[in-house]
Amino acid sequence: MTQADFPTTWRRPPQLIKTRQWRIILTISVMVYLFLAISSVEIDWQRMLIGVERGQRFVAGFLQPDFTSRWRDISAGLIESLTMTFTSTIVGIIISVPIGIGAARNLAPRWIYMICRGIIATSRALQEIIVAIFFVALFGFGAFAGFLTLAFATIGFIGKLLAEDIEDIDEAQAEAIRATGGSWLQLVNYAVQPQVMPRLIGLSLYRFDINFRESAVIGIVGAGGIGATLNTSLSRYEYDSAGAILIIIIGIVMLSEYLSGHLRRFVN
Amino acid sequence: MFWLIIVALFVFCWNMMTERTMWVFVYDAPTAAADLASRAWPPRWSYMSQLWAPLWDTINIATLGTLLGIIMAVPLAFLAASNTTPSRLILRPFALFCIVATRSINSLIWALLLVSILGPGLLAGILAIAFRSIGFIGKLLYEAIEETDINQVEAITATGASQGQILNYGIVPQVMPAFYGISVFRWDINIRESAILGLVGAGGIGAQLQASLNVLAWPQVLLIILVILATVVLSEWVSAKVRHAII
Repeated sequence: MTQADFPTTWRRPPQLIKTRQWRIILTISVMVYLFLAISSVEIDWQRMLIGVERGQRFVAGFLQPDFTSRWRDISAGLIESLTMTFTSTIVGIIISVPIGIGAARNLAPRWIYMICRGIIATSRALQEIIVAIFFVALFGFGAFAGFLTLAFATIGFIGKLLAEDIEDIDEAQAEAIRATGGSWLQLVNYAVQPQVMPRLIGLSLYRFDINFRESAVIGIVGAGGIGATLNTSLSRYEYDSAGAILIIIIGIVMLSEYLSGHLRRFVN
Repeated sequence: MFWLIIVALFVFCWNMMTERTMWVFVYDAPTAAADLASRAWPPRWSYMSQLWAPLWDTINIATLGTLLGIIMAVPLAFLAASNTTPSRLILRPFALFCIVATRSINSLIWALLLVSILGPGLLAGILAIAFRSIGFIGKLLYEAIEETDINQVEAITATGASQGQILNYGIVPQVMPAFYGISVFRWDINIRESAILGLVGAGGIGAQLQASLNVLAWPQVLLIILVILATVVLSEWVSAKVRHAII
């Protein structure tokens, strides 16, 4: 019996954690966590049985959507959502461009940089829904609160990505403008703007897409739009109208995703 | 010309949108804000003792939801990627449709539907998070699969490996880092989303928020929002650390 000169079996080496002990400890702690987490979920089978029937009604409603009987509510909600999305995206971008420039380390002095980063961080940390709750409390129910919420959320998104983009620009072009003695405004206009403009347009289209999706949600807390219509139809158990609304939402999101993809390719 | 159209459209949309706005409330907003702030301050710290359990629920919703989402998204991603899909004509479009459809419905809407079907509670929240995660994880993962290096796959194929072995040894090791990164990223997003699912009855800390809002207990609302913010910041930190360690 001689030992083979080469190994006849091969085991894939572990990829993430190399030490055996840590792997065991981690596996056990994950198991314990999963056990604790799953056991804290209470499942009410009685309630589920009622739910199955409702689920069937919902699927049936989704397959046979009813666009007509609530069409006035649906179209009003849809128009509110779309106008809200458009205005808030525009206003959000107009506000977020100066903030984005201010939050770029290579363009702004230190104190402006800190302020703008602060604004961006606040806007990104607060959930849209929570912001909407506050704006509804302050400005009353309806689309105006929704408009403010979406505009506020847009600032954080565009501001952050624009600032990162400006920080990544090709310094040589900025250097060239500086060498000609250009002012700060000329620097932004001739060196920075041409480099980031395509990205900014792409981001704006992407944000339009996101804002429409969000506008379908913030209506649940009273900020207007198609979400409010959806919420009403669900609480009335009108699953066929709800199905119609969902199909419209999916359709518009798909359409805007497709269009924005095309437009972005066109711009680049 | 282009800008003129944009401006015109903006004015038109603005008029449509603000048609039914009660401007009285808007002009009133600064005083209302000051009033709200004075009533909400200071946060009611003693309420914290009632928040630990919902917070634990919220984290569970996010984690279990992410796991469930991963379990459903991984097969879909392999079906959707053009280099691993078994059939380009039927299964690929189907998988792509599932990915887009689950992504275009917000988790709050999923929760709204599931609560009316399954009843209020954690389960509806977990499923809502899971469904919403499918589209996100599926999309990023199938893009990662499509970007894999073909040479390694060919090397495995040359040894006479079966279809399953090609996946296991040729493609999976290449997408593993992306997979971990995506999962942790989604978990981080899910923590944010699960914090508000309770608003529509899907359990977690949002339920506490809803209850406090209903009785206009602003100091409690403020405390809950502070807790949510802390959790979000913490989870973002954890996910950034983990992603940094992996990639």
